[in-house]
Amino acid sequence: MQNVLDRVTANPKFLEFVAMRSRYSIIMTILGAVAYYGFILLVAFDPKFLAQKIGSGVTTLGVPLGIGVIVFTIILTWIYVRRANSEFDSINEALIKEAQK
Amino acid sequence: MNIKHLLAAVAALAVAGGAIAAGADLGQTAQQATNWTAIAMFAIFVGATLFITKWAASKTKTAADFYTAGGGITGFQNGLAIAGDYMSAASFLGISGLVFANGFDGLIFSIGWLVGWPIITFLMAERLRNLGKFTFADVASYRFSQTPVRIFAASSSLVVVVFYMIAQMVGAGQLIKVLFGLEYMYAEILVGSIMMMYVLFGGMTATTWVQIIKACMLLFGASFMAFSVLMQFGFSPEALFAKAVEVHSKHDAIMAPGALIKDPISAISVGMALMFGTAGLPHILMRFFTVPNAKEARKSVAWATTWIGYFYILTFIIGFGAITNLIQNPAEFYVGGEIAGGLKGGGNMAAVHLAKAVGGDLFLGFISAVAFATILAVVAGLTLSGASAVSHDLYASVIKKGQASSDAELRVSKITTICLGILAVVLGIAFEKQNVAYMVMLAFVIACSGNFPVLFMSVLWKNCTTRGAVVGGFTGLILAVVLTIGSASVWEAVMHNPKGSAWFPYNSAAIFSMTAAFVTIWLVSILDNSAQAKKERALYPAQQLRSETGLGAAGASGH
Repeated sequence: MQNVLDRVTANPKFLEFVAMRSRYSIIMTILGAVAYYGFILLVAFDPKFLAQKIGSGVTTLGVPLGIGVIVFTIILTWIYVRRANSEFDSINEALIKEAQK
Repeated sequence: MNIKHLLAAVAALAVAGGAIAAGADLGQTAQQATNWTAIAMFAIFVGATLFITKWAASKTKTAADFYTAGGGITGFQNGLAIAGDYMSAASFLGISGLVFANGFDGLIFSIGWLVGWPIITFLMAERLRNLGKFTFADVASYRFSQTPVRIFAASSSLVVVVFYMIAQMVGAGQLIKVLFGLEYMYAEILVGSIMMMYVLFGGMTATTWVQIIKACMLLFGASFMAFSVLMQFGFSPEALFAKAVEVHSKHDAIMAPGALIKDPISAISVGMALMFGTAGLPHILMRFFTVPNAKEARKSVAWATTWIGYFYILTFIIGFGAITNLIQNPAEFYVGGEIAGGLKGGGNMAAVHLAKAVGGDLFLGFISAVAFATILAVVAGLTLSGASAVSHDLYASVIKKGQASSDAELRVSKITTICLGILAVVLGIAFEKQNVAYMVMLAFVIACSGNFPVLFMSVLWKNCTTRGAVVGGFTGLILAVVLTIGSASVWEAVMHNPKGSAWFPYNSAAIFSMTAAFVTIWLVSILDNSAQAKKERALYPAQQLRSETGLGAAGASGH
């Protein structure tokens, strides 16, 4: 076991993989945070923007934007999970297999 | 209404109490006539879940079964259970009540409750699963010296669990007075004893299944209500909004942000507490150990996020549906038949009254039973995580130095469960007439200032040491509590100091306490040159490998 550990850690591809995946996680985190704080800051500093009516009805821009933040959060999560569960996991497995040889 | 009042109100709603949506504290709800349909529905739910508990009991033999259902829950099931833990009666009644009172502002709040989930998905889920076994302290203490880190994690978990639980118990009592017409005292004992049966006999398996069933019932009930409301308006949201604007006393204002955010620091601070606090709640983190591997752990958060997001969209529609259905029928839904008298049972009851308006007495009984079941399931999850903090972290790891047998550990968890159950009932009764509005927010602030920084730094920063984690964690924990005491919601509303005398001017301590925790962990760690610290840094690559690849992680059967 220790051998496998050492060999995986010593493999430059492993470090590269970890760095790539961490970068991806951080980008996704920032996207999520920007959507949320963007919305909150609009509420705080430019509520008039959100209170604009769409077309001739009573529905304001804030409603689709707010629902949009919720939907965006869900989609973002699935995009990450899809990629992690297919691409990342197979790279991961390949790295471990390589070290076990 | 300024942000302080609104937040106090939302926090009050967040405990599912019989609070009035606009700015009042929890308030004392009047006992209503006994509602037999609701009681019958609830009895069916309890009967079914106790039957499941009996089945789960036959599978709960070891400590691993008790804490994590043997790791045999699928990602989809676990996602529903997590959503169940998170969709408390609070979110359902509170947020729909908030939309009923203020329209758009309710949506702002529900978005806040959702944003913690991507953080957990992207940064924590798989690492937690790969490093942990039973509690989040397993993860935080992976390469550190066990005793101090576990003592910190257990104390922080217990503080979070107790505050969260008091809020739930007081909310339960108030809610049951209104929905079932039962006395407060009986309501407390009922919740305490049924919950203890789930946890004691069925452990994590029963708690998870109770949570899944309840989540399905809640999602079904809320979907039905939203569907009925939309059907009334030919599935045109515009028509629904137009009618709501016409009948609501605030008219156009319900479609725009109100006075929710006046003070940006409070807004950001509350946002931080919600965003990172979710990633530090022990009863949520514990759920990542019930799935067999990292893949399923990721799937569970994706499903949880989906259900929770969907649910919040529903509550928005339900709130507007309540506006169009209830305001025009004051004779039935308002005290004394007058709008001025306020909604029967308080502003939190908007969704419940709407249930009657769209589905008659039978559906009203169903929704009431769901609301009660929700509290029961959430309290069971909290108790289980409190019990595992005591038996796994304190007893097995600190006192017995990891040498406790599975049987002994299981016995300690069961004794702790009984103690926590009794404590919950006693505190629920003791706090009946207290203002507990701040408690859920406090639980989130402590989770984001204590648990989250320690977890985050220990897993992702190689130079973190035991000393840094423990000193920083306690700094965040203590600061969170002290600053919350100094804020208006405790200093003035609970301790009855004169208005304006609160010495901490913001609504949430998170921005200060969480930052302080991170800075302290960093500073103490880099100044720590002990031999122990060197050893811990040297262990980082092995930890990183396991957290990133799952190599050597505790498997489903290998628990």
